[in-house]
Amino acid sequence: MLIDVHAHFLHDRTPRSDWRERNASRLRAGERVGITIHVASILGSWGLTSPTYFPSPEDLRYGNDYLLRLQREHPDRIRGYVAVNPNYTDHALAEIRRCLDAGMIGIKLAASRRADDPLLDPICALAAERGVPVLHHIWQGRRRDYPGQEASDAVELGRLAVRHKSVRFILAHIGGGGDWLQTLPVVRGLPNVLVDLSGSGVDGGMLEACLQAVDVERLLWGCDLTIETGWAKLRYLEHLLSPADLDHVRRRNAMRIFPPGAFPSD
Amino acid sequence: MRTDVNAFLGSYPYRRVPGTSPGALLEAMDRTDIDEAWVSHLPGIFWRDPAAGNAWLLETTRAHPRLRPVLAVDPETGAWERVLRAAAEAGAPAVRCDPTYYGIGPAGPSMRSLAGACGRAGLALMLAVRLEDSRQRHPHDQAAELPAAAVRALIRADSSVRLVVTHADRPFIEEVHFGSTPEEARRLWWDISWIWGPPEDHFETLLQTVGAARFLFGTGQPLRIPENGVAKLDLLDLDPADREAIESGNAAMAGGRAEAGP
Repeated sequence: MLIDVHAHFLHDRTPRSDWRERNASRLRAGERVGITIHVASILGSWGLTSPTYFPSPEDLRYGNDYLLRLQREHPDRIRGYVAVNPNYTDHALAEIRRCLDAGMIGIKLAASRRADDPLLDPICALAAERGVPVLHHIWQGRRRDYPGQEASDAVELGRLAVRHKSVRFILAHIGGGGDWLQTLPVVRGLPNVLVDLSGSGVDGGMLEACLQAVDVERLLWGCDLTIETGWAKLRYLEHLLSPADLDHVRRRNAMRIFPPGAFPSD
Repeated sequence: MRTDVNAFLGSYPYRRVPGTSPGALLEAMDRTDIDEAWVSHLPGIFWRDPAAGNAWLLETTRAHPRLRPVLAVDPETGAWERVLRAAAEAGAPAVRCDPTYYGIGPAGPSMRSLAGACGRAGLALMLAVRLEDSRQRHPHDQAAELPAAAVRALIRADSSVRLVVTHADRPFIEEVHFGSTPEEARRLWWDISWIWGPPEDHFETLLQTVGAARFLFGTGQPLRIPENGVAKLDLLDLDPADREAIESGNAAMAGGRAEAGP
């Protein structure tokens, strides 16, 4: 079994006229790679009617509904993170309850509010109550503010993780942009933060550095926007890890942090 | 046969990169079934005289026949024509120039002279758009990325110019390809190291719009893991002839081992 913990899908109310083709391409490529389950999120309208990283409650609801529909259509292949904007606390909490009750298995926080902001606390308290992980978008080693997002880095996520020790946080896409060398020393001492290996970056030395910084039981496999880079990292890990250790990255770590029954059992 | 046209030897100044020795590169090539690699001297890109690494590169590639030298040439240093002669004598598939790293105009008179001289010498000129993702570069690593306009200007410098451009993404390739005449575009080759696969399917789209004849298997190793290039190809349902062309046949054309096609 191979679990991709960082996937996305599109829908009809996004700027992309090719949304069907992109969704189909993800599933088709997943079959070739051997991905059993895509754990995915939809960030509102992906910019059509509100910004990708500052999605409106209406867009979030539509995107989450579409993802629930995909999950129902592909029960053997797709699971959902409920995406919320912490600036709308009541909506976020209600949306999390609604979507988890409907079968989603995690919470996705992008870049609408800095990770260490108190507005994230009620969301994390609910994550603890429901026993689901939080996948948090991260800009590795952020040196400034970047347009279009209130991005967080590992230091800021770490402050949140310390406040919510019973919640498992997935630090998004170590290969997804920014300086991953800044991230890894920060997460070393944060046992409830797991590193997601997704992203377009396939830097030589990155996977070795991840293994040095955190135990193999804190690494999660994923692709995000580029499935070939995910497959490349998986193939390289086959040379770095024993089959038993690789199995932790492929599926066991994900099976441990998501709710029981989230994935097919052996 | 699989040829990696985009490989490096030697240390990188901005972070520790494993696997930069000839032996380690050959091991990585074995791991990913790469038969031959065109190799550049990585630290030389950052030296005031980039050609100062050429002697070591020639010596190393003579000792390791699977590695073919891509000598560095800066057209604003005095003896740059000698590099072209040395490259031709060594049977090098290309020479490389990284103008933004050297601090020279990427489409200025000296670059156009170099491009023309390479063409007349029967050597391809290799240019990298970037070496690392701009979002992760060291604060002191300030060289600009190669502009697409420079590639369009250089391919027009002389009708004999052949360019191999590495680390380009889909928008860059499309801008240059469709901003060139068909004759000019036939003298341009692109390595696949920075092109996205599914679900965006940039590579599949480019194969349909630009054509398989223009693409070369390249990895950027050891700065990037070579498995990425292989995975990218394995995700496509490529015609075997197209795959063979991308993996080695086109490199033979670009490197001057085969006659250019129509």
